[in-house]
Amino acid sequence: MTLSSLQPLDSDSFDERKAMHLLQRAGFGGTPQQAQALADIGLEKSVEYIVSYQNLPDPKPISPDDYDKDIMRPATQSERQEIRKARQSGDEAMLEELRTERQRRQRADRKQVSEMERWWLQRMISTPRPLEEKLTLFWHGHFATGYRGIENSYHMFLQNMFFRNNALGNFKEDLVRGIIHDPAMIKYLNNDQNRKQAPNENLARELMELFTLGEGEGYTEDDIKEGARCLTGFTFEDDEFAFRAQQHDTGTKKIFRRSGKYDGDDFVDLIFTRSNASKFVIEKLYKFFVNDLPHGETSETKAYVLALANLLKRKKWELKPVVETMFLSEHFYDESNMNSIIKSPIQLIVQATRSLNPPQRSKMVRTLAIASDLMGQRLFAPPSVKGWDGGRAWINTSTMFMRQNTLVYLLTGQRPDGEPWETGGDQFNAMALAKGQTRDSKALIKFLLTSLLNVEDPSRDRISPLQDYMTTQHNNINNETVTGLLTLITAMPEYQLC
Amino acid sequence: MSDHHHHEHEQVSSTGSSNAYSRRLFLQQGMTFLSMASTVPLFMQRSAEGIMLPLGSLVSSQAGVPEDHTLVVIQLAGGNDGLNTVIPYGSREYYSARPQIAIGEPGKTRNNTDGSLPIPNADGYGLHPNLTGLLELINNNQAAIVQGVGYPNPNRSHFTSTDIWHTGNHSGQGYGWLGKYFDNTCAGQPEPKGSIAIGNKAPLALHGKTQKAVNFEAEELFRWAGGATDGALEQTYDDINRKEKVQGVASDSQLDFLIRTSLDAQVSSDRIRAAVSKDPLVQYPDGELSKQLRLISSMIRADLPTRVYYASLGGFDTHANQLNGHANLMRQLGGALLAFQQDLVKQGNSGKVMTMVFSEFGRRVAQNGSNGTDHGTAAPMFLIGDNVQTGLLGTHPSLSSLDEGDLVFNTDFREVYASILENWMGADSNAILGKKYQKADVLT
Repeated sequence: MTLSSLQPLDSDSFDERKAMHLLQRAGFGGTPQQAQALADIGLEKSVEYIVSYQNLPDPKPISPDDYDKDIMRPATQSERQEIRKARQSGDEAMLEELRTERQRRQRADRKQVSEMERWWLQRMISTPRPLEEKLTLFWHGHFATGYRGIENSYHMFLQNMFFRNNALGNFKEDLVRGIIHDPAMIKYLNNDQNRKQAPNENLARELMELFTLGEGEGYTEDDIKEGARCLTGFTFEDDEFAFRAQQHDTGTKKIFRRSGKYDGDDFVDLIFTRSNASKFVIEKLYKFFVNDLPHGETSETKAYVLALANLLKRKKWELKPVVETMFLSEHFYDESNMNSIIKSPIQLIVQATRSLNPPQRSKMVRTLAIASDLMGQRLFAPPSVKGWDGGRAWINTSTMFMRQNTLVYLLTGQRPDGEPWETGGDQFNAMALAKGQTRDSKALIKFLLTSLLNVEDPSRDRISPLQDYMTTQHNNINNETVTGLLTLITAMPEYQLC
Repeated sequence: MSDHHHHEHEQVSSTGSSNAYSRRLFLQQGMTFLSMASTVPLFMQRSAEGIMLPLGSLVSSQAGVPEDHTLVVIQLAGGNDGLNTVIPYGSREYYSARPQIAIGEPGKTRNNTDGSLPIPNADGYGLHPNLTGLLELINNNQAAIVQGVGYPNPNRSHFTSTDIWHTGNHSGQGYGWLGKYFDNTCAGQPEPKGSIAIGNKAPLALHGKTQKAVNFEAEELFRWAGGATDGALEQTYDDINRKEKVQGVASDSQLDFLIRTSLDAQVSSDRIRAAVSKDPLVQYPDGELSKQLRLISSMIRADLPTRVYYASLGGFDTHANQLNGHANLMRQLGGALLAFQQDLVKQGNSGKVMTMVFSEFGRRVAQNGSNGTDHGTAAPMFLIGDNVQTGLLGTHPSLSSLDEGDLVFNTDFREVYASILENWMGADSNAILGKKYQKADVLT
């Protein structure tokens, strides 16, 4: 069976619809013209163009100076002395001043993380390198760290840059090794409190359970305890990793039935000797990029995932060839994998914005960030170290309305959270999406359904209500009626899939 | 079975008259039911039941507990100052720790505030003078105050402590305790209207592995917004989103799941909006909490198949000049609780509804330098209903033996949860809380 293997798609069958599928999965979708352009250059060049995004100039390069590093900086020596003195002497006025200052900083920091949230959303909406953003989002959910747990926006920013810079790098050497040196993760999983005298197992546990091997796969509770000892003394100082030798347990540890005076880096090496180290992350990549598998794996998907996992191992944990192979494979484009993933809130918002080209409203990104949160996904704030559950967990009766109403907002300016309508800016140019289908409303409906839902042949059950609507509008094709059709199509259950 | 359906028929036609569509849908669904033979695919039966059965679609796992028992949870967000809620006016330590913000003994004005309200059979303890509503409930044997509720190794972060209360475990990680209640009692089938939260997000407490809460801030936001100004759009939207079967869609595929959820959203929206459009039987005072409880009482009155409602009142993080702000919150709280309970009594539903009020933590014993209080630990919980042991329960935390300036809890909040889960909801608390907690002696 070809679907069980990594066999590439026959180049000739790479048409506009498959190109749109690639655009949606490797990024956040696009316009029919963009899909057409990819179809024209062919499968190999399209994948190359998308995966080798580093060849494209970044119009807004990111610098460590983009955000204020000092809002939550640690107290200086003299400040610490001052606090101690005030405590000892019971100087209430001074203590009060210090408390107020601390609260002021926390407020400023929360403000900064909200700005970052909007910055990232805006970047996803406008980037010419969507795979970079999509992978950064993937790693954010995989190595999930939440702002609430660390209360340091700059560390979240540094972590975002780390994911971004290594998004297609080496899974073992760059990402996993990097994450145990990352201040935000160290703080989030309390490794700053992991000391020789009092080990804290949190990071050691999640490193195996959630980041590399999967729950209960190939390790024991004792391996966690011993792994925690390896990681003692791995902490951070201000914005940088710090190794504290006096807190590190230098003794012999026994992990996976091997013994040695291992440290945290040795622990990573040991983890990657386990057979599941390649499979677990590939399964997650598969669910994120290919099919979120609401009913679990089939024998074909199992075989495909295994083949991809073996490739990752053969390529010595380099991600780029694996991702490339995935986007080239026949399996990826199989009908059963098209429109099989429930869009995350971010995917819904960014894809809609990139493909519908709604007018830039004054508070658009702010409103969209709020809407995404209300749909269950707030950037820099995954619900726990497990990240977002994804798939059907995104959907319930409340988020369904919020999703539909966020699209209404993009098309009309009517806010999904009950705030007043956003007016001003240009009017939405719906006719631009009608692509010359301005005479025949039947043809227009078919065109819009085909391009927005990326289906070959729209269902009669979807065409006929839209025709009924156009009848009530005397089949006049104008900006208002096309906007009407768009609000209806984007409110279809089908629109939640990509 | 058929009795249920006739009953439902009357109900929907009387409440849903504003929406011709839901009538039509009901008739379709009703037809489905009447003609339902063994050939009907299982998924249709299931969703039809979800729509049709107002009550009893959730099956209790414990004998002797009626299936329509409802729990209303109210969170006082920000950390309620328990010591200025239930005032230990008999304690010298209280007054020396809070010179500018203490409330006086009954009849004695202090800090420009009336004296506390005496609690029957609880010498030395009074209620905040603005909690007249709560006192009336106590006098009517409808309210309990559980004193000094907390947990070991208290966390003073709003977020973490809220997560601890919501999950029932000290890590604050995992699913919510009420979400797990549904996961455990509904045989893995999520009940779409099983829990409803008023607010723009569903709280973690209601979040289960399969169970997800319905939530809405205001009923007008719990519907599609695109048809607001255009009837033709609304009609077409209904044609699309109220369709249970769409040509070419395989059963239980992703799309089938989305189609069913969207249909369920429409039906829930109809029922909820019809329910809350009725005027309540009593007058509610102004305020955010009153508004929410009013919505909840109207949904209870309409017999929604909902077993857990969630409301919250914010503003309790009283770090500075707290006397006036906290007094306003106390007035709101007492007034809203009293009106809600009177409403339930008039509806004849007070016997099947219990209300639980909690806050993520109390506040420190001593006032801070700005006439406020900082994050603390143990605080009182309130339980309201016909079946609660009335009055002041448990032991007030000691004011003389503090833990670094904080109260030491006497009752673990999970003991209260265990009592509610076992004796009110009819569930196995062990499975939900992950451990057997002794049930707090709070219900009759």
